[in-house]
Amino acid sequence: MDAKQMTPSLVASEPVSPSWPEDTIVAISTAIGAGAIGIVRLSGPDAIPLAGAVFRPQRSAPLGAEETYSLLYGHVVDPDTSEMIDEGLMAVMRKPRSYTREDVVELHCHGGVAAQRAVLRLLIRSGARSAEPGEFTRRAFHNGRIDLAQAESVAAIVAARSTAALRASVRQLNGGLSERLQATRRCLIGLLAQIEATVDFSDEDVEELDWESLGGQLSSVESDLGRLLDTAFVGRALSQGVRTAIVGKPNVGKSSLLNALLMRERAIVSDIPGTTRDTVEELVEIGGIPIQLVDTAGLRSSGDHVERLGVSRSVEAMEQADLILVVVDLAAGWDEADRRLLSGLDPRRSIVIGNKADLVEDAQALLCDLAECLGLLSRERLNDEHGKACGKTGLSLEAGWRIVAVSALTGHGLEDLRLLIQETAAEGHEFCLDEPILANERHRALVQESFEWTGSAIAGVARRAGEELVCEDLRSAVGALGRITGEELTPDLLDEIFSRFCLGK
Amino acid sequence: MPRGEWTYDVVVVGGGHAGCEAALAAARMGCRTAMVTLHLDNIALMPCNPAIGGVGKGQLTREIDALGGEQGRNADRAFIQLKMLNTSKGPAVRALRAQADKRLYEDWMKVVLSRTPNLDLLQGEVASLDVSRETIRSVRLADGRCVRCRAAVLATGTFLRGKVVVGDRSYPAGRVGELPARRLSASLLAAGIELDRFQSATPPRVDGATIDADRMVVQQGDSQPLSFSHWRVPALRRQVPCYLTHTTPVTHEVVSAHLHLSPLKSGSVSGKGPRYCPSIDRKLINFPEKERHPVFVEPEGVTTREMYLQGLTTSLPVFVQEKIIHATPGLEKARLIRPGYAVEYDYLPPQQLTLGLESKTVKGLFSAGQVNGTSGYEEAAAQGLVAGINAALYAQDEPPFFLRRDQAYIGVLIDDLVTKGVDEPYRMFTSRAEYRLLLRHDNAAERLSHLGHKLGLISAEQLVIVEKKQQGLAEFTDLLDTVQVRACEDSNRVLEELGTMPLEESQSAAKLLRRPQVTYEDVIRLVGSSDRERISQAPPEVVEQLEIQARYEGYIRRQMSEIRHQRATETLGIPADFDYWSLQGLTYEAKDKMSRIRPATLGQASRVPGVSPADVSVLLIHLHRSQLQRSVEMPEMSFE
Ligand SMILES: Cc1cc2nc3c(=O)[nH]c(=O)nc-3n(C[C@H](O)[C@H](O)[C@H](O)COP(=O)(O)OP(=O)(O)OC[C@H]3O[C@@H](n4cnc5c(N)ncnc54)[C@H](O)[C@@H]3O)c2cc1C
Ligand SMILES: Nc1nc2c(ncn2[C@@H]2O[C@H](COP(=O)(O)OP(=O)(O)O)[C@@H](O)[C@H]2O)c(=O)[nH]1
Ligand SMILES: [Mg+2]
Repeated sequence: MDAKQMTPSLVASEPVSPSWPEDTIVAISTAIGAGAIGIVRLSGPDAIPLAGAVFRPQRSAPLGAEETYSLLYGHVVDPDTSEMIDEGLMAVMRKPRSYTREDVVELHCHGGVAAQRAVLRLLIRSGARSAEPGEFTRRAFHNGRIDLAQAESVAAIVAARSTAALRASVRQLNGGLSERLQATRRCLIGLLAQIEATVDFSDEDVEELDWESLGGQLSSVESDLGRLLDTAFVGRALSQGVRTAIVGKPNVGKSSLLNALLMRERAIVSDIPGTTRDTVEELVEIGGIPIQLVDTAGLRSSGDHVERLGVSRSVEAMEQADLILVVVDLAAGWDEADRRLLSGLDPRRSIVIGNKADLVEDAQALLCDLAECLGLLSRERLNDEHGKACGKTGLSLEAGWRIVAVSALTGHGLEDLRLLIQETAAEGHEFCLDEPILANERHRALVQESFEWTGSAIAGVARRAGEELVCEDLRSAVGALGRITGEELTPDLLDEIFSRFCLGK
Repeated sequence: MPRGEWTYDVVVVGGGHAGCEAALAAARMGCRTAMVTLHLDNIALMPCNPAIGGVGKGQLTREIDALGGEQGRNADRAFIQLKMLNTSKGPAVRALRAQADKRLYEDWMKVVLSRTPNLDLLQGEVASLDVSRETIRSVRLADGRCVRCRAAVLATGTFLRGKVVVGDRSYPAGRVGELPARRLSASLLAAGIELDRFQSATPPRVDGATIDADRMVVQQGDSQPLSFSHWRVPALRRQVPCYLTHTTPVTHEVVSAHLHLSPLKSGSVSGKGPRYCPSIDRKLINFPEKERHPVFVEPEGVTTREMYLQGLTTSLPVFVQEKIIHATPGLEKARLIRPGYAVEYDYLPPQQLTLGLESKTVKGLFSAGQVNGTSGYEEAAAQGLVAGINAALYAQDEPPFFLRRDQAYIGVLIDDLVTKGVDEPYRMFTSRAEYRLLLRHDNAAERLSHLGHKLGLISAEQLVIVEKKQQGLAEFTDLLDTVQVRACEDSNRVLEELGTMPLEESQSAAKLLRRPQVTYEDVIRLVGSSDRERISQAPPEVVEQLEIQARYEGYIRRQMSEIRHQRATETLGIPADFDYWSLQGLTYEAKDKMSRIRPATLGQASRVPGVSPADVSVLLIHLHRSQLQRSVEMPEMSFE
């Protein structure tokens, strides 16, 4: 299931299927980090009878009608053949005190993936429906068990493709994001309350507004929101991968490099220049960061129509990329075209790769030449003895450039390349997963909106635009945050006003 | 007809601020109307502060006026001080407040009631309602009379099982010195209407001849002529000052020493009171660090020496009240005339009402005012007007009338009440209105008077006055758009003087007016001599609007587009008998809440507490699917 398809179906503003048949769904939902234990989970009105049909508990007493949160030991048995499939535990959680607020049964299987699949098949045969990805969460959300932010982060979990992304989602689910947003929202409401109090209670004993301090406090909220927005990049990277385009002239080994990083064959490799005509995308995890590799057609002007199409796609891929791997063939050499390509790139988002190191004598020396020719060597260091500064990847380069020699064929230098990719992808963004991050586009857009309204309020405060106008901006700023978790302004605002100020005649 | 039996279209129970507006509206709309009240000498009585209006409330009063109600006009007749509040802030949050002569206010209201055709006044206690087939049939008085009616409006204020509390003394009363309505609650409960308890309190009144005004700050009214009513030429009148003093740590010591006697502590008051009207005891408990609290000393009228001590609300025993007053600067020798007290009463949790203030349980029964869980004269009058209009429409078999949140504070008030319910007596604040920049007191007539006219409450002549202003506004708005100010030395010198950027190329006068530093006067100076003549002919009320429009330009545009965006859900109707329980995909809580509140529109549903955006989308899809949707008949906005 693709993250992009998955997430929107859980966003409340896009109406999801308004009512689903109240059937019972089943899916394998292996517990995160639980290793060998796999869980087959059922939810719906028939969850308990369906599970009961295939699970033979050890204890003789039947499950009480009210019994909930009980954990029974026993065996999964095919009711038709009486064949024992697995041993394990059955957990019963009756509605509404369950994850979905429906009856939920979990069968904890010990017998590995094959056993889980067998149990799943059994249950489907008995009448359960195979759940769509995220359907448990959708039910939980619809039944009011979790809030929007939490639901969306579960969607991200379903879609998560790397351990780092998973951890971020789990963190969000635990309320990390909600908490942080809540705190920021509270802060904004507190400031709004100060102004609103002077508006609605001007004929009472309300202190004069201290515009200076208000502006200062608003700025600190603004930068808080700004920091949160920064994490959106990380969030997107974690759920969709850091888009990484592999570019270079035809036949330098781009496709080979992709395969090498994937450690399997994916792109068609050939020695006919221009073989890769379309872009090929694959996701790999490098140092915990999901990297979406995009192989492109070679960059050269070509008469072949299909190839030209590919070239234009690769230009597009470069424009959309977060990270660009520029591949040069160390054996075949480089020219003006490579230099031109590099001159348009942002060094903090690029890595220069000298490929086919296995074909040359002294790859490091050539790498150094390459760096010099492309104008990447640091000017100060040019006076140094030639080549001396050329360590493994330790060339002294102009600010930010990274260069590395590899062989896609032998795997030489690939570890260094992986490190560089990790470093570059994470640069400027702390991939600190203990902080809540904005992994969801809807959340990001709303935080962005809030950020902008806060900025507008700050500008209003600076030019003393008038209380009611600053309030208007702040209400919009608070409103945007409230839409993430679905909270209303007025009750919170009045609470704030009356707890802060002694008002009333 | 048996003796002692009358028949009316509309019966209004109560002669307070809600009851008066309801009775006047129904009678003016052509219904034979009776207003029954406990005491005909206490009509439109102000049991608490002697003031009408204020921030948020003043907007309500202007809207009442724009719809043809009486409160604004009556305040104009009875004020002894008038003041524009928030003048240092933007026009959207300005409001009028009048100190009223209470006696005069009551007398004038009674004159108006007495002169209104179709309206009869009756004195008596309404003891029960006759309800059959879930429909109101008549109201019965304790003295045996029976008044048959098509519709009834409950406006019983603080009287239902009212209990007055002072210190450790408590006794049944609607207000101090007035009988309670003991019987009606039982009849309401029997009809399936729920009731709950609230409380409210009022400060002591002292003898104005015994206060030391020299030790207090004098507060005068505004010296320019002002009026609530759009159609009244403001006249200057001799005004009476108010005074301001503050409590001191000594005052607080007195309060603290007697806190154990406070009904708050002893628990003799059980209903919930308003947070925005804390008693002095409550203030000290909640804000112990505050060294002083303001006390406004306000005259209750010109024919009485009584002065109202705003800020000293308390129901402590009378001897303590005296001590507190005497420990306050300027009041050391003040003679306590009327002790402060609290009153506890039954109210009707308003989620039981429709947006037209009709009971969902008893057809034809409407309710308004304090009995709906609000407080304040303006909130009461606003509801009274809407309930009266709807009682009349009901009696005439017409569809109900209601105002949206984007049309009026009245719309905000009623939508809040019936959708969200109340957990303390509800008072209006401007911060409750999401479209505050649009719902200003200065454009109430433009927003609402055409609706008042349709209802028959605003005359054609009145409407013409409003329309003329609107035409003038449109005309000069166009003019400002077309007239260009040239980038020349003269104009740039003026702009520099005003502290704003000089022009590099010519710009429309409208654009220049949008600069915060530039007023309409300045625009007149800036335009070429050929245009100056025409531009300077704008009447002052049009200039005011032009300046406001310029100030809020971008914001108003955004709010209007938001409103248009919302309009789809605000007009998508939900059938009154909709079965939420059978709709799968709704949370239990949403089903429960919505089947109780029965929102009229999807927009209202979305504001019901406990209903999530997901529930709304489920409902939306269902309504579309089953083709149940029908557009609810709703008044259009006047300015778009
Ligand atoms: C002690 C006290 C403190 C208050 N404090 C505040 C405050 O701090 N802030 C604030 O904003 N507002 C306060 N108010 C509230 C304010 O006075 C009311 O909000 C406003 O008057 C309500 O108007 P109403 O028309 O709903 O009811 P009321 O003004 O209470 O009028 C009710 C009317 O109904 C009549 N009536 C009742 N029952 C019957 C019956 N069975 N038969 C016939 N007639 C009946 C009564 O005679 C009366 O005329 C206070 C009121 C009191 C009494
Ligand atoms: N010796 C050697 N050959 C390589 C290396 N990488 C690629 N090749 C060969 O170079 C040719 C072109 O490779 P390919 O990956 O298709 O290049 P692309 O056009 O850039 O995608 C193929 O014959 C590869 O086997 C390498 O590191 N060493
Ligand atoms: Mg290739």
